[in-house]
Amino acid sequence: MEEIQSLMQGFAIALSPKNVLLMFAGVILGVIIGVLPGLGGANGVAILLPLTFSMAQSPGGTTSAIILLSCIYWGALFGGAITSILFNIPGEPWSVATTFDGYPLAQKGRAGEALTAAFTSSFIGALVAVIMITFLSPVIARFALEFGPPEFFAVYLLTFCAFVGMSKEPPFKTIAAMMLGFALAAVGTDPVTGTLRLTFGQTHLLSGFDFLVAVIGLFGIGEILLTLEEGLEFRGTKAKMNMRVVLDTWKELPRYWLTSIRSSAVGCFMGIVPGGATPASFMSYGVARRFSKDGDRFGTGMVEGVVAPETAAHAAGTSALLPMLTLGVPGSPTAAVLLGGLLIWGLQPGPLLFVEQKDFVWGLIASMYLGNIAGLIVVLTCVPLFAAILRIPFAVVAPVIMVICAIGAYTVHNSIFDVWMMIVFGVIGYVFKKLNYPLAPLVLAIVLGDRAEASFRQAMLVSQGEMSIFFSTPLVGGLTGLALFLLLWPVVSAGLARMKRA
Amino acid sequence: MNTKLVKCVRVAIGVVALAVAGMAQAWEPTKTVEFIVPAGTGGGADQMARIVQSIVAKHNLMKQSMVVVNKGGGAGAEGFLDLKGAKGDPHKIIITLSNLFTTPLATGVPFNWRDLTPVQMMALDQFVLWVNAETPYKTSKDFINAAKARSGDQLKRFKMAGTGSKQEDQIITVAIEQQTGIKFTYIPFKGGGDVAVQLVGKHADSTVNNPIEAVAQWRAGKLRPLCVFDPKRIPYKAKVTDTMAWSDIPTCKEQGLDVDYLMLRGIFMASGVSPDQVQYYIDLLKKVRETPEWKDFMEKGAFNQTALAGKEYADWVAKEEARHVMLMKAAGFIASGK
Repeated sequence: MEEIQSLMQGFAIALSPKNVLLMFAGVILGVIIGVLPGLGGANGVAILLPLTFSMAQSPGGTTSAIILLSCIYWGALFGGAITSILFNIPGEPWSVATTFDGYPLAQKGRAGEALTAAFTSSFIGALVAVIMITFLSPVIARFALEFGPPEFFAVYLLTFCAFVGMSKEPPFKTIAAMMLGFALAAVGTDPVTGTLRLTFGQTHLLSGFDFLVAVIGLFGIGEILLTLEEGLEFRGTKAKMNMRVVLDTWKELPRYWLTSIRSSAVGCFMGIVPGGATPASFMSYGVARRFSKDGDRFGTGMVEGVVAPETAAHAAGTSALLPMLTLGVPGSPTAAVLLGGLLIWGLQPGPLLFVEQKDFVWGLIASMYLGNIAGLIVVLTCVPLFAAILRIPFAVVAPVIMVICAIGAYTVHNSIFDVWMMIVFGVIGYVFKKLNYPLAPLVLAIVLGDRAEASFRQAMLVSQGEMSIFFSTPLVGGLTGLALFLLLWPVVSAGLARMKRA
Repeated sequence: MNTKLVKCVRVAIGVVALAVAGMAQAWEPTKTVEFIVPAGTGGGADQMARIVQSIVAKHNLMKQSMVVVNKGGGAGAEGFLDLKGAKGDPHKIIITLSNLFTTPLATGVPFNWRDLTPVQMMALDQFVLWVNAETPYKTSKDFINAAKARSGDQLKRFKMAGTGSKQEDQIITVAIEQQTGIKFTYIPFKGGGDVAVQLVGKHADSTVNNPIEAVAQWRAGKLRPLCVFDPKRIPYKAKVTDTMAWSDIPTCKEQGLDVDYLMLRGIFMASGVSPDQVQYYIDLLKKVRETPEWKDFMEKGAFNQTALAGKEYADWVAKEEARHVMLMKAAGFIASGK
């Protein structure tokens, strides 16, 4: 029980008045950053990093600095869900999957419920991940070392298959949408040969299509176009706006305990590997839809469809800090910036950090518990406020959303070209919805396409082109096998059902 | 913080400020200075830029503020093209890594360092040949011999993991290949941290990581440095592990592997800026390099502290460019049509 003792010391450090103040400041800043699409957690932390530099010079200052920065990160994780649910605009990539059921809920006038469910399950996901970090970090750090290129590809394959195999849309439409996503993901620099491809000599295409720009356009602008067509009306106006909704939702949530456990497991796994919060949320949503009794009604506004991706995203976001601390490998873009921060402050993330910087590590872990509690308090008290936004007439809100989307798209690379791209994506999103093509596989392919490609081609370099590498060890073979099973499951289960009837 | 020191620094800054004010109408930034990083967040260039930014802010070295902007698209081409297009703009500076040379050569994107104005070399980044500590190779000779034995069979070749493609890590790998006649399978990864962990997890046989990317694993006894690709040994004598300091790592050259490579961490401005604008940044960066924070950062990352400015710097860059053209031509990395 050495961990508990260290943790208590950590609490003592994290609970100093100064650190508690920093915690709340960080969380509030993070929520704002999370709400604004485009200004992601990574940008937010990077902007504030220089501020912490002089902070880190005083004794115990590095702990304060990491508390501030990591709390911005928690805040951004919480905040990403808000615009997803209210306006169908994901503030952060990992909250795309939250829109699938969160937004329909808001349209039914149940925004308060959806927000409460999202925040609460985020908190639970984070809590599970922190408990795991507290007690299992050495074991887990070793597990992460098992992952080479073929294993990474198998994980990405698993994400695609978990999502596609569960899709309700016609398979060919799903595949068409996904292929378009892969094509868009391929624009820019080839990860293995280093040459440019599909840029057509355009400077603007050098960095490829940014996922955030695509998402802001496809979801945000596309949704506004649809609403315009349907007569300038917001369907969320009946939203309840008192604190009771929080308590009422809490009474309902324990029903989804199994989904929570499953999603936390998916999230922790993806965070450690490190696959990241975005694939974790997609995978978890896909799995929940498959195994839930109400799986068929997912996408129409199920609370469970909010719980699953939010739990997983937060569990992954939190556990992504573990490979960063113990191995020096960032599990997410934000973790990458935090890692840079640690190095600047003069700390060396790596196997010895837990031994040499006990106060720092345990202060950070304690602040993970406390920061998430602070975050939950902040966002829950604001639920009625957020829900009230939906009462504002559409004629006022729509232009504001347009402006926020445009700023968001601009912020990603400080480029006006991205704003035009956002509008193009908005039209694509509108056309997709009109023709009943699913947007999710498109988005999933844009966000994971290049990473999956890089891992696949690295694996092919290792094996000199032999596909058998994906079955070469029990770990990679198991992951690949599971992926194929999930992909083919609809066919298999349909076949089984037919055999039973016969 | 030591108040005496703060006072000293303040006085020093005051003196410098007076001296600067005394010069006839020395140029000063009139708005926020954009510090462009032609790479993503979290990497070596990004870290250095943010250190400079925070030192400038902390010691009040500049009246205007400085913001770091990442423009890493197209292996950094995005950032370089931005600066190329900002002719005569004195409020933009860029920090370069080797992609200043490699990106235009490998991708054919139209820019060259001559489209920019060299300001100041901040430091040179080292490269070290690393293997997993559980392997039996104690010297680069052991390693080269083992690699040679497996070089003939495509499937069994040693795997070299590195950052990026057709960039510094792969160039060093090819230089070793040319020097020894061995073949490696080079596997590109996105960041230096990933590369180090791939080696710890035995998914690769060796890397040429920068010191700061691998030092944590070295200290934990997971990795072993074989030699450094600098003609001279790293000067830092403080013990890093229980038994070794950076200065204890032999150079590759003394072990018979005649390959040397150092990576530029230097500052450039757009073309068409005036000499006193360049001088302003040279003076500013000189003050940055004199702070204890900077010295500390140099030692942590085991940097080579060569810092050239003016013509010497431009000459160094020109020589380095010629070397990159030669190395990349020999490796077949030059984009077609170039």
